Amino acid sequence: MKKPNDIILRAVTNVAVVIILTFAIYLFLAGHHNPGGGFIGGLAFAAALTLLFLTYDIDSIRANFPFDFKVLTAVGVLIAVFTGLGGILFDKPFLFQAFDYFNLPIFGKTELATAVLFDVGVALAVIGTAMVIIMTISEDR
Amino acid sequence: MNNLVIMPIIVPLIIGLVMVIFRQKILFHKILSVFTLIATGVISGFLIYQVKYNGIQTLQLGGWEAPFGVSMVADMFSGLLLLTTSIVGLLCLVFAFGSIGEDRERHYFYPLFLFLITGVNGSFLTGDVFNLFVCFEVMLISSYALITLGGEKKQLRESIKYVLINLLASFLFLAAVAYLYSVTGTINMAHLAERVGEVGQSGIITAVAMMFLFVFSLKAGLFLFFWLPGSYSAPPTAVAAIFAALLTKVGIYAIFRFFTLIFYHQPEVTHLIIGIMAAITMLLGAIGAIAFNDIKKILTYNVIVGVGFILAGLATYTHEGLTGSIYYLIHDMVIKAVIFLIGGVIIALVGTSKLNDISGLIKTHPYLGWMFFIVALSIAGIPPLSGFIGKVYITEGTFAVGYYWLGAIGLITSLMVLFSVMKIFMNSFWGETILSEDMEKSSTKGVMFPIVTLVLLTIGLGLGAEGLYDYVNIAVESLMNPSSYIEAVLLGYSD
Amino acid sequence: METLMSILIGVLFTIGTYLILTKSLIRIILGTSIISHGVHLLILTMGGLKSGGPPLLGIDTTTFTDALPQALILTAIVINFATTALFLVLSYRAYQELGTDNTAEMRGDENE
Repeated sequence: MKKPNDIILRAVTNVAVVIILTFAIYLFLAGHHNPGGGFIGGLAFAAALTLLFLTYDIDSIRANFPFDFKVLTAVGVLIAVFTGLGGILFDKPFLFQAFDYFNLPIFGKTELATAVLFDVGVALAVIGTAMVIIMTISEDR
Repeated sequence: MNNLVIMPIIVPLIIGLVMVIFRQKILFHKILSVFTLIATGVISGFLIYQVKYNGIQTLQLGGWEAPFGVSMVADMFSGLLLLTTSIVGLLCLVFAFGSIGEDRERHYFYPLFLFLITGVNGSFLTGDVFNLFVCFEVMLISSYALITLGGEKKQLRESIKYVLINLLASFLFLAAVAYLYSVTGTINMAHLAERVGEVGQSGIITAVAMMFLFVFSLKAGLFLFFWLPGSYSAPPTAVAAIFAALLTKVGIYAIFRFFTLIFYHQPEVTHLIIGIMAAITMLLGAIGAIAFNDIKKILTYNVIVGVGFILAGLATYTHEGLTGSIYYLIHDMVIKAVIFLIGGVIIALVGTSKLNDISGLIKTHPYLGWMFFIVALSIAGIPPLSGFIGKVYITEGTFAVGYYWLGAIGLITSLMVLFSVMKIFMNSFWGETILSEDMEKSSTKGVMFPIVTLVLLTIGLGLGAEGLYDYVNIAVESLMNPSSYIEAVLLGYSD
Repeated sequence: METLMSILIGVLFTIGTYLILTKSLIRIILGTSIISHGVHLLILTMGGLKSGGPPLLGIDTTTFTDALPQALILTAIVINFATTALFLVLSYRAYQELGTDNTAEMRGDENE
């Protein structure tokens, strides 16, 4: 079989993945007051991974991401549910979120919210689900 | 605020997720799933206790007060259904231990089962129309996976139909939610009930109500049941039993909730249509049950008759009718699970579901035979078994509002149902014994415990109907007076 | 604007229904996803179009759009994404197992 000549794709991917991942993290962090958040950030992250899978073969990427995406999804949803349960400990309703302002070094006055933890769970769940779906459809048995 | 309300949803979800992480430990899965269903059963029992003494329990998720946030509401009706779900689910699960096979267990059978329970419990507890859609989807996606698990040809073929029908029903559900939101400007059920009550049920709201009725009928198998016999005969016994016991009941619950809480202002239109649909459902279901000579087909058509009968009680919209419906709903969940389990055991023993090829099982399996007989009597509503009290109240309700035709059809179809299950009993248990014990394809070892427990439960529900009446009465009172539900959720908020 | 959207939704529903009524599985799946787009647009339209600025902090406007339909659509899209993926995998599996993607040939007989 002739090896496909995809040097341009590889060169672009190497740069683009870094940009996409940075943008994904930006989207994730922007989500508190502006458009963005765990869902869209996770999808952008999954897009970067998909690009890697397209450019390189599945096995070599798998070697660098050695975890099962189904487990990643489960862990993500668990994190989200447990942040919800956190409210119960303080006699507040399920899914109650708290936030406060802290003086951090370098950042100055910063707003820290428990909602971010929930969003981490959402992001992991979205990355996991998107990757499971794409891998299941793409692999031919 | 009562955080216990969310627990029947959260507990199976968390345990199911933990199981996904530890995929290979099957024994661990079994122990955890039993523990989970016992836990949800205890929690729902405690919820019933709280509702009885302190009124309807609510939880506003994240502290966002209704109608702005998502409300979870536990009243007596949902509490009773939750408890029955846990018990029936637990027994079907125990049945699955001995019958489902290791291949399915490795492919996430127990997590999927728990996610199904999550969706069912969520549908019973939610107080928000859109959240009801989400819980429906959780339940349906798990059921898609459960129905295809194993990947036999028949399963794949039937599941394509099942998925397509349910996808379309979901789209129509969303469209109905969109129309409802545009007309009323809210999707919180209590707030909807208040607003519809204030402005009156105009023609457009009744039209939206019919759209919801259409959607839920597809899920419940009320009149639009053409997909049901095929889908419910494809999966393995334990899955078919839990589908027959729970999935259609969620649709029925939704119809009850909507047409007693929100759209109850024009019973002469909406409830009469429900009555007509119920009558046709009962007739067609009974004809199907008589016509076929195949155990699985007969049993699935019996599910359809049960759906029609329960909704006949709602169609009357009287105290008696609803009391009968709730009694019969609980009875039907138990009885459909056990008859599917027994049917599955017979099919597994003989290796075929054709009645003509089965004969004389009473020699080798007397207990199974007599238990089937008890269940058959209970389905037909012979006192003192659990079907009796529900049938009496529903029939009384239909006569009280003058729907004599509906009551008559209910009674006639009861006889037809009795005939159809007796046909199974006489064909498979009586006659010449053609199958000696060593020729059987499988044994009844390990699967008798859930069957015996469920049969005892149907006898207990019949004999203990008096003790249950207190709870059913509270459920009916709150269904007939939506104001208590509205006050509990909105806490005095009004626009 | 609402009229235009209604017509568009009607067109999407028509195309989707037509595709679902064909015999090829992949067309059926495409039909369901087109209908789902129609439904999502329907929710958006029913919530009212262009009634104000985006519902965000720090936006200089007095009226805001209703954010609820958008939240509903986002959830609906996610669920639809998952079910469509499941349906695709299921049909692919059925195609491999049954050897056809034509629903008319899929029927099979009772005695399998």
